[in-house]
Amino acid sequence: MGGSSLLEVRGLTKYFPIEKGLLRRVVGHVRAVDHVSLSISKGRTLGLVGESGSGKTTLGRCVLRAIDLTAGEILFHHEGKTTDLAQLSRREMREFRKHLQMIFQDPYSSLDPRKTVFDIVSEPLRINRIAAGKALEDRVRTVLELVGLDVRYMKRFPHAFSGGQRQRIGIARALSINPQLIVCDEAVSALDVSVQAQILNLLKDLQADFDLTYLFIAHDLSVVEHVSDDVAVMYVGKLVEKAPTQELFKNPRHPYTEALLSAIPRPDPDRPLPETGGIEGELPDPANPPPGCYFHPRCPYAEQICREREPPLVEVGPGHTSACHFVDELELQGLED
Amino acid sequence: MSDVVLEVKDLHTYFELEEGTLKAVNGVSFTIRKNRTLGIVGESGCGKSVTAQSIMRITPKKNSRINGQILLHHDSGLIDIARLDEDSDEMRDLRGRDIAMIFQEPMTAFSPVHTIGNQIMEALFVHGEKDKRAARNHIISLLDEVGIPAPERRIDEYSFQLSGGMRQRSMIAMAIVLNPRLLIADEPTTALDVTIQSQILRLLKRLQRDNGMAIMFITHDLGVIANMADDVAVMYLGKIVEYGASREIFKNPKHPYTKGLLRSIPKFGEKEGAHLATIKGTVPVPLDPPDACPFANRCGEFIAGKCDIRMPAAVQVAPGHSVNCVLYE
Repeated sequence: MGGSSLLEVRGLTKYFPIEKGLLRRVVGHVRAVDHVSLSISKGRTLGLVGESGSGKTTLGRCVLRAIDLTAGEILFHHEGKTTDLAQLSRREMREFRKHLQMIFQDPYSSLDPRKTVFDIVSEPLRINRIAAGKALEDRVRTVLELVGLDVRYMKRFPHAFSGGQRQRIGIARALSINPQLIVCDEAVSALDVSVQAQILNLLKDLQADFDLTYLFIAHDLSVVEHVSDDVAVMYVGKLVEKAPTQELFKNPRHPYTEALLSAIPRPDPDRPLPETGGIEGELPDPANPPPGCYFHPRCPYAEQICREREPPLVEVGPGHTSACHFVDELELQGLED
Repeated sequence: MSDVVLEVKDLHTYFELEEGTLKAVNGVSFTIRKNRTLGIVGESGCGKSVTAQSIMRITPKKNSRINGQILLHHDSGLIDIARLDEDSDEMRDLRGRDIAMIFQEPMTAFSPVHTIGNQIMEALFVHGEKDKRAARNHIISLLDEVGIPAPERRIDEYSFQLSGGMRQRSMIAMAIVLNPRLLIADEPTTALDVTIQSQILRLLKRLQRDNGMAIMFITHDLGVIANMADDVAVMYLGKIVEYGASREIFKNPKHPYTKGLLRSIPKFGEKEGAHLATIKGTVPVPLDPPDACPFANRCGEFIAGKCDIRMPAAVQVAPGHSVNCVLYE
C-alpha cells in the first residue's frame, strides 16, 4: 500500500493560540489537530469522521495548506517525486496547488455571486496559466459536460441554479485543472436526499474515470460508508481509529467508534435506537481536554489507567489501528446489515 | 373523551410574492393524537415547516394567507386556529400553553441578553405565576429533567455560554414549561452531532411517555423519522403524497416519491461501487403550480395525459395507509 500512496500525513499538528486581553497575550492553545498520521492510496477514498470540534475540517485545510500547520509532514507522492507540502513556501505552494482541490459544504456561500459559471470554473486554469482563449473555453465546456451541467448556462450567475447544480459547479471548478487529490469537506451535507445521491454517484464516476483520490470529510456515517475505502475516526484532535470501511463498521475496536455507530438512526422502524445505554455527555473543550484518554469521561469501559495515561495508537489488524488501553479485551458492537 | 389533539383540514398557506403566488402548503389534512408522534418528512420546499408555522400562526402577516381549518380540540370544545387573529390574546394564550414549538437553531430562539432561566420563567409569569421563588425552583427542576447538569448554576447563564446540545435541551425546557398538549419539533436535531442527536431523541420520547403530549416531528432525515414517528406523512411541494403508520411507509411504500427517497439514502453494507438510486431533477419551487401531481415531472412512472392533468385523490391501500397516485386509483 505504501508504494502507491499519494498522500502521507505524518504527525500533523495544528494548535490555535488562545489570546486574551488588549495585548492579545497567548494564554493557551486549542489542540485542533494533535499528531495525526494517515495515508491515502492513489485512486482511493479516505473518509474522515468525527463530531464538530474533532478537528476534521482543520486537518483538511492543513493538508491543502489553506492554513499553516504547527508541526508535521504532508508528503505528496506524484510523478516519482515526493514533496513535503509543509516545507513549501507560499509561492511554491501556489504553484503546487493545482494538484490539490477542495469541494465545500455550502454551495450557496462558496461561489462568488458576481461571477458567471464560466468565470468560476475557469479561474483555477487562469490562475495557474494552464489555458487561455479557445483552449480555456473548450476545457470549461468539457468539465461542465462531465459534471452534467448544460454548457448553454455558462454565462449565467450562481443564483440561477439550485443547490445540487451549484455543487456541480463547485465540482467542475475543482476538476478543471486535473487535480490528483480532492478534499471534500461535507460536500453533500447541505443537499436534499434525492440530490445528494446524484452528487455521490457523480463523485464515484469521476473517481473511476480520472483515478482521483478523495479525502472525504463528513459527519454523516452512512454517506461515509458508501463512498470510502478506508475510514479514520477523530476525537478532539486525535485519530482514535482507522480501518478499511467494512471492517470499521462491522468490527469497531474503539469505544468511541462503537458509540458513534450505535447513535446512527437507521431508516427502519424495526431497528430503533437503544432506549438505554448509549453515550452520555458531550465533547470536551479542546482547549482544556481531560487527562489520559480524551474519551474517558464518556466511555462506559473506562478504568483508572484511562484517566491517567494516553493510549497509544496500535495496529490491531491489517490496516486497522486503534488507540484504546483495552483494545484486546473489549468486545465491541458493530453495525449489522 | 377522544384523544385527538389537533385536526388539520385542507390547509392552504399561500405567500403573495412579486413573482406570483407561492403555494407553500396546498391542501393538507392530518390528525394528531395524544401520546402519539406524527412525523412529517420531505425535502426542502415541501412545505413541512410552513405547515408548522401555520399551526402556530407565525407566518409573516403581510403576505401570507391561511385557508382551511386547524382545529384544536379543547375540553371546552373546538377552536379553529386558522380563524383566530394571530395577534389576539386568545392565540397568544394557546401558544406555549396548548401548543409549543422547538426549532433547528436554538441560538435564535433565545435572546442573548437575558439568562436562560429568566426567559423560561417569563412564560410562567405571563400565564399567571406570582411566586418568584417557586418559579425559579420549578425551572431548576425542569432543567434537571431535560438533562442539564448543575441546573442551579445553568439557570443564570446566557444562551451563548451553552453548547449546541445544552441549548437544545434548554429550548425543550422552555417549550414544555406549561405542559403543552402538542409539541411541534421542526428539525430539532439537524444541527446536532449524532451522539447528541440520539440523546435529544431519547429525551423527547421520555417526556412524551411521562406526560402524554402529542408530538409533530418535522425532518428531512428518514432515519430520525423511523425512530420517532408512529405515523408518517410524506410531503412534496405543498401536498401530502403518502400517509400511514411508520412501519407501513418504510416497509411497504407505495408512492413513487416515497420509494425514490428510501432508495436514494445510502444503506450500510451495500456492495462496494454500487450506484445509489436517484430521483432525476431537483425539487421545483411551488410558484403558481399546475393542478396536477406535484411529482409528475420527476417521476419515473409518469403517464402523460393522466398525471399532468389533475391531482390524484387519496386512495386507501391498507388500513390507515393512503397514497395520492394514479397508479393506485
